Amino acid sequence: MTDVLLPLSIAVPIVAATLPLALGLRYEDVGWPVAAVTTLGLVGSAAAVALEVYTAGPFDHELGGYAPPIGIELVADELSAAVFLLVTLVSAATLVLSRAIGPRGNAFHSAYLLLTGGLVGVSLTGDLFNLFVFLEIVGLTTYALIAADRSGASAYASLKYLVVGTVGASLYLVGVGYVFLATGTLNMADVSVQIVEQAGYTDPLIRAGYAFIVVGFALKIALFPVHSWQPDAYQRAPDSVTTLVAALVSTASAYALIRVTYSVFTVDFLAANDAITTGVLLVAGVSILAGSGLAVMQSDLKRMFAYSSVAQFGMVAAAVGIADETALLGGVVHLVGHGLMKFGLFCGLALLAAGYGARRVEDLASLARDAPFASGALAVLGLSLVGIPPSVGFLGKWYVSLGAVRSAGATGGVVGIALAAVILASTLFTLAYVARVIEQLYFAGVDRGDAERGVADHGDAGGHADGPARDAGDAVADGGSGDATAPGTVPTAPLVVLVAAALVVVGLGFAGAGFESLLDPYLSEVFA
Amino acid sequence: MTALPAGSAAHAAFDVLAGSPVAAGTALDVLGTRHAYVTFALLLCIGLYMMIANPNLVKKVIGLNLFQTAIFLLFIASAYVEGGAIPIVYSGGEGPYVSPLPHVIVLTAIVVGVSLTAVALALCIRIYDEYGTLRVDTLRELLREEGSLPAGPGLPGGESSGEGGDGDD
Repeated sequence: MTDVLLPLSIAVPIVAATLPLALGLRYEDVGWPVAAVTTLGLVGSAAAVALEVYTAGPFDHELGGYAPPIGIELVADELSAAVFLLVTLVSAATLVLSRAIGPRGNAFHSAYLLLTGGLVGVSLTGDLFNLFVFLEIVGLTTYALIAADRSGASAYASLKYLVVGTVGASLYLVGVGYVFLATGTLNMADVSVQIVEQAGYTDPLIRAGYAFIVVGFALKIALFPVHSWQPDAYQRAPDSVTTLVAALVSTASAYALIRVTYSVFTVDFLAANDAITTGVLLVAGVSILAGSGLAVMQSDLKRMFAYSSVAQFGMVAAAVGIADETALLGGVVHLVGHGLMKFGLFCGLALLAAGYGARRVEDLASLARDAPFASGALAVLGLSLVGIPPSVGFLGKWYVSLGAVRSAGATGGVVGIALAAVILASTLFTLAYVARVIEQLYFAGVDRGDAERGVADHGDAGGHADGPARDAGDAVADGGSGDATAPGTVPTAPLVVLVAAALVVVGLGFAGAGFESLLDPYLSEVFA
Repeated sequence: MTALPAGSAAHAAFDVLAGSPVAAGTALDVLGTRHAYVTFALLLCIGLYMMIANPNLVKKVIGLNLFQTAIFLLFIASAYVEGGAIPIVYSGGEGPYVSPLPHVIVLTAIVVGVSLTAVALALCIRIYDEYGTLRVDTLRELLREEGSLPAGPGLPGGESSGEGGDGDD
């Protein structure tokens, strides 16, 4: 019975995406209620699916009643249920944020619903080509959303993302084409069987197919050499959109990478192809270092945390390449944890930007006195990103490093040790930029007394134009989001969500054993 | 659905390209008999090159279309069966049919490609309205003047060098 929820969770948001536009012809502001009702339904469905998966085991749904090798299959297992839950919760929370700081148009909510449907599709599908279609639905709506504030700069950032993202998805499709040539099937479970029966793990078609797929995902995830679309896209997008995109879109691609690597190609393929594994680990390692290093150099807050995503996804990719049970557990934990942390961080930045016009590190000076809760939540989330226990950020990094060292111990290679060292070094870099933010928030020593604040706020509307170089982007973003909040305050509802996110991130830090036991069936099946 | 005959054809092409112990003379055979796959590779590279090297945004989008078309060709070529009939059941004859699955895939991919092109062109129109140019170099200068692109040796050029580097793993 629960299996009907799988197709419904994909179809309902996509069908509902037409409603804001259609009803918008007659009623004003109908987008938000439609989106809210749909997303709440999705949260319920995700909870039901997760409950079923974690108590009774994985289940699937055959679309249209066609049996899997021919028909398309939707699968909910321990991994996809976790991502499904993350997607719906973060989407629902973003809706609270967008209600307060915009964008509010009906078109925005249509695109938002399409994006949510696409993300759910990516997390549930069990078919390689179907995955491509959902990746493109996610991609298309993301491009549209990034350009949603109607400025030229965001259109350019969006076009750049469109070109790079489409090349990524197309390379994935080439890879799928090669695998299809070798096996004659597209169903993930069936492909993993047919690769052994019809081709073998060292078959050039299979190898080339996997290489194309990995490069395609690397473009979509924004790993180091091909990450350059990401900082622009995150910085130029409206704040609510950045929150949603940073938390979920790359996460969905990284999930797809884990899914395709371990459910389709399997661990034995990685073991049989050292060159490919080494390549993945190399890209991941460089990505971790370069992303953290570049983040330290930024003074625009959104750009800083965009580069930080490059490093964090490097860690997930490293977990994929290590091919160790503990490391993969770490990769999944970090994937989910990073989604939550980035949601919280960008949500906090959006609130401070809406309330105080803070867009660069120095704008944060002593904001903790005016906005204690938002600043506190930002600090907690930042420390979690560094990996200070107890937090989910620590758990993910810990498991990945542990897995790296363990695999080095098992094979006697230096790669694992080197990777653990890279993760440690990147932790220091992360501390460097997070500490800058926290220092500005709490110890800048700027007196934001009432008198001064009056002056500052007065100047806020016009005064922000005082540094044209610095505020050109500001004015654009502010103009687009249509601020309803009074300057000098932080809207309450999203603040509650933000504090809740910070608490969840800390709380999950105590749930290491829980993650282990929940994901254990998946991991032991993959590493059987 | 089991292995397609075309799959083994692609295998043969790969064996040659991978430099397995087949006589060097067969390289010409590949050109002669597997020309669809050769065209696929060529189109893919031309499209990629256009996206990286051409300074005009609309031509970059055309490059993107070329890139996708190459992939359609790969799928269509893989579906071909020597002497196969159209895979419509009453098209007559018992004989072998051309594999219909890649056709369906390409049909879907074409729809995706059309929507992508539409979004890309809409963005181009907005960029042109805003800045009056479609050339990337002029656009970058304008964006830098406006302050919405980091000036100095920040990270310009990352895009093209990044895209160039993705073939190496």
